[in-house]
Amino acid sequence: MEVTTEAKRIMVVALGKLYSSRTQRGGLRLHRSLLLTMVMKSARDMYHAAQETVEWEAAEQQESPAEEPTDAQMELQEGKPLSSTGEEVESSPAKLRRDAYNKENMSPPRPAQHSRKRRGKAAVEPDFLPCKKAKLEQKNSPHQLILSTVLLCEYMNCSSEVGAPPAPMPVQRAIAAC
Amino acid sequence: MGEDTDAPPTLNHRGFLPDHNYVTEADIISTVEFNHTGELLATGDKGGRVVIFQREPESKCEPFSQGEYNVYSTFQSHEPEFDYLKSLEIEEKINKIRWLPQQNAAHFLLSTNDKTIKLWKVSERDKRPEGYNLKDEEGRIKDLSTITSLQVPVLMPMDLMVEVSPRRVFANAHTYHVNSISVNSDYQTYMSADDLRINLWHLDITDRSFNIVDIKPANMEDLTEVITAAEFHPHHCNLFVYSSSKGTLRLCDMREAALCDKHSKLFEEPEDPSARSFFSEIISSVSDVKFSHSGRYLLTRDYLTAKVWDLNMESKPLETYQVHDYLRSKLCSLYENDCIFDKFECAWNGSDSVIMTGAYNNFFRMFDRNTKRDVTLEASRESSKPRAVLKPRRVCAAGGKRRKDDISVDSLDFTKKILHTAWHPTENIIAIAATNNLYIFQDKLNSELH
Repeated sequence: MEVTTEAKRIMVVALGKLYSSRTQRGGLRLHRSLLLTMVMKSARDMYHAAQETVEWEAAEQQESPAEEPTDAQMELQEGKPLSSTGEEVESSPAKLRRDAYNKENMSPPRPAQHSRKRRGKAAVEPDFLPCKKAKLEQKNSPHQLILSTVLLCEYMNCSSEVGAPPAPMPVQRAIAAC
Repeated sequence: MGEDTDAPPTLNHRGFLPDHNYVTEADIISTVEFNHTGELLATGDKGGRVVIFQREPESKCEPFSQGEYNVYSTFQSHEPEFDYLKSLEIEEKINKIRWLPQQNAAHFLLSTNDKTIKLWKVSERDKRPEGYNLKDEEGRIKDLSTITSLQVPVLMPMDLMVEVSPRRVFANAHTYHVNSISVNSDYQTYMSADDLRINLWHLDITDRSFNIVDIKPANMEDLTEVITAAEFHPHHCNLFVYSSSKGTLRLCDMREAALCDKHSKLFEEPEDPSARSFFSEIISSVSDVKFSHSGRYLLTRDYLTAKVWDLNMESKPLETYQVHDYLRSKLCSLYENDCIFDKFECAWNGSDSVIMTGAYNNFFRMFDRNTKRDVTLEASRESSKPRAVLKPRRVCAAGGKRRKDDISVDSLDFTKKILHTAWHPTENIIAIAATNNLYIFQDKLNSELH
């Protein structure tokens, strides 16, 4: 789909820019990083909305009970920051479904999540990454930015190949390094 | 507004060889500012230098060379620095220059890079004392035995020398990058704004400043907007405005509270849902805000438009001007080549009847608020022969009907951007910074503003 490819391209470009801004003279530009993060979120939302629409249409065609879009897990940690930017880009059927799953997700964690590592303050990382990882502290460290963007990159690759994407990646952390 | 604009010779004080396209990055002009009388014009560049131009007094013998600007002084304002704690280099690029109103023979200006603001004194010396008793003309100590009488040193005229000295250094007050400075109308205080905070300084006190706005969230992950520009009201010393990356303006009153996190007025235009795109947030970010000279209006610039707001109406702008709407369909490419992050400034003319802002391809635009007419002009060597009249330019959509001399959107040179412009406070003289060149245009036919 055109929207998904464009959204993906935009996300990849945003990541590239965030990466290269690390080595820019004068240090990380907060404003620019924030805008890039917003574009990435915007593209990601459109991407998933488009994915959901495709899946919903496919399900409709098959006339079988609709499957849970596993992408709904993405919405776990988006809540407040997302609504504050006022993004409402999904088509209504997908949106309704998403809201329903949101309510479900906001209740006690589902069994699938218990099997993962206990989450502390550190960012949630997908399962396929090796256990040994750089420290993910909430500090002003450029390393955090790298890791967050790398994780997101991996997540994006993963979602296109593997059926069930892992836990959501909090994109906001991309700018927390400042 | 008459468009017969004369163009005096372009002032290239950088030694840029016209035959080469090579531009030294340090020479790129990063800020332009007239002083309060318009007699002086200061420019700052990426290399941390400030160049001040002075307008020549009009002479009757050569009527056509009257009022031209020549280099008055050049000095190094900021040097590159290194923050050892964060392992970050601090750029020497001058982000803003603001003049203080003149109170004695000397001129004062504030210049800032990303972290440090400096107050500079610019003074003239045109006399020097001669006839010392103990020293000779070259300054060597005289042989005491040759001194037979006592003389009083006399002030003799000398070639004009412009001396610039740093009077104050306001440092270590900003964690984030300073984007604006603004002198208060009380002539005693000024403010400096970075991405998340605004500080109030007294011009005489360098070791402390008051934080008056702080929008840093407790958790940086909740960050949704940053401060992009700030300015004091021209007449009311308690009022100031700051713009945000979300496209909002906040007017704050310092009498209400010590910390002005709560605004007095919030100026925001509801977003048009039909115009939503991936890049809506980026293009709605306000890159510059300027009070009108009257203090009644605000002028803001975002990526595609310039807007005039009435201080008495918060719900929407009074006027919206499309600067280069033909770029709306090209946002994706502009995002990829980084142009979408360009921060254009805007300016009022002295009577607040015309607004001006820059664009790409070395074009700049002027909008007459009364007649609703607008014009696109180009700042380039080819079109700016001395005393040539600037020809209005037109950009046509790709594939559209093209007149002679029109330029198509696809042929625009996006590396030639006019981000910084300034308008003389009382006359129709404008200063346009085009990369490393400064152009000064004067409207000789309509020198008085109306």
